[in-house]
Amino acid sequence: MEKKAKQERSYRDSVHASGRIWSLGALLMLLAVPAAICLYYNAWPPVSGVLRGCLGVVPIFWTVGTIEVITYVPMLGTGGSYLGFVTGNLTNLKVPCALNAMEAAGVEAGSEEGEVISTIAIATSAIVTTVIIAAGVLLLAQIRPFLESALMQPAFDNILPALFGGLAVVYVSKNWKIALVPLVFMVALFVLAPGLAGSVGVLVPVGALIAIGVARILYRRGIL
Amino acid sequence: MFDPNDGFLYVIVAIVIAFVILQSVVFLVKAWKRGIAIGMSRATLKKTVMSSAVFTVAPAVAILLGVIALSKALGFPLPWLRLSVIGALTYETTAAATAAGALGATLSEKITDPEIFAAIAWVMTVGIVPGLILVPLLGKKIEGGLSKLKSRDEKWGDLFMTSLFLGMISAFLGVVFADIRQGLTGWIPVFVMLAAAVLMLICGAARKIFRARWIEDYALPISMLGGMALSIPITNLVQSLV
Repeated sequence: MEKKAKQERSYRDSVHASGRIWSLGALLMLLAVPAAICLYYNAWPPVSGVLRGCLGVVPIFWTVGTIEVITYVPMLGTGGSYLGFVTGNLTNLKVPCALNAMEAAGVEAGSEEGEVISTIAIATSAIVTTVIIAAGVLLLAQIRPFLESALMQPAFDNILPALFGGLAVVYVSKNWKIALVPLVFMVALFVLAPGLAGSVGVLVPVGALIAIGVARILYRRGIL
Repeated sequence: MFDPNDGFLYVIVAIVIAFVILQSVVFLVKAWKRGIAIGMSRATLKKTVMSSAVFTVAPAVAILLGVIALSKALGFPLPWLRLSVIGALTYETTAAATAAGALGATLSEKITDPEIFAAIAWVMTVGIVPGLILVPLLGKKIEGGLSKLKSRDEKWGDLFMTSLFLGMISAFLGVVFADIRQGLTGWIPVFVMLAAAVLMLICGAARKIFRARWIEDYALPISMLGGMALSIPITNLVQSLV
């Protein structure tokens, strides 16, 4: 048992080590892109303009980014987190994908089996996304009329309701006692303040805190 | 004149995308080997790859639509990079529009000034830095905290994780109701969500009746794609009523 725990730790440590190197590499490469654009085209935008642009973006995006790290790292596990935060599209793709894969494989998030399944799911999803976008850009002339047709519009407008409707059945039905209060709260909140829909990323941890609070109370009283 | 679809941009973007794909492959192989080492079956791992690939298709097409929408102003390479690596559909458009606005440009026409293009590229890049820095910095600490929580009280640890998921799901389900005060058309997302939920229930029932495990693996893609497909008649029906 102790040997197994030790092995698990050393596996996670090695994922941390390589994850850090890959994240740093990705960061440098990403920064190199705008730098290369400036150098190659000899285009040096006024610093004040860039700063003004950053000022419009940083307060919201950095907050959401920080919140995402705190909320999603526990769900995705070590390898899944490093990969997920480099490959992006977390809420609309990687997180549901990893949750679904762990559920289907019957493993718990946070366990070592969960770690393996989550990493495999996120890696697969990242590769498939890149292939689809590359194919889409190459075949754009052929598929554009279909993708942008008025007929298909509702389908792409409703991708998140269609996704979370299915996920809700899986998770809410199993844990309705915990889910009830945060669900009612969120529905009420968005009905009363529809403008908040754009900042749903900030409200995810609010929902999580409510759910954790409810779970704690029910657990203490022996209801769960 | 500067062209946002210039060959040079394709080259640098392709290099970064290749780097990230390489990372995905390396992590995939590492996790696969670890899975085998701790006694997980090859069949389970294979199934995870297949069902994740199938699930990814619809959201990836939605991301492709985002690339197409941004390409009108920014060309293909930059949106391609920002949406297939790190970026998220929901943020990138806002980031690009904010940056363009700050420099007195708009995204309604093609950007032909290399300075404005470079500035937009900088702003879009700066906006997504936290994830890359914070995971290496905080990841281990968050994990340590969780495993402490689990070792103290295993059942509460599991409930804690479940609550995190439910918090996320309830926030997104709440958003589905955001437009209901606009009248019947505002209810369309709610109807689509219910349709997807019913499809999920049908998948669950079918799995039990036919004893088919594979249905469980593909239940989420089936309910999502089914919900998206049903959103077309639902929208048409609602619009014919109002």
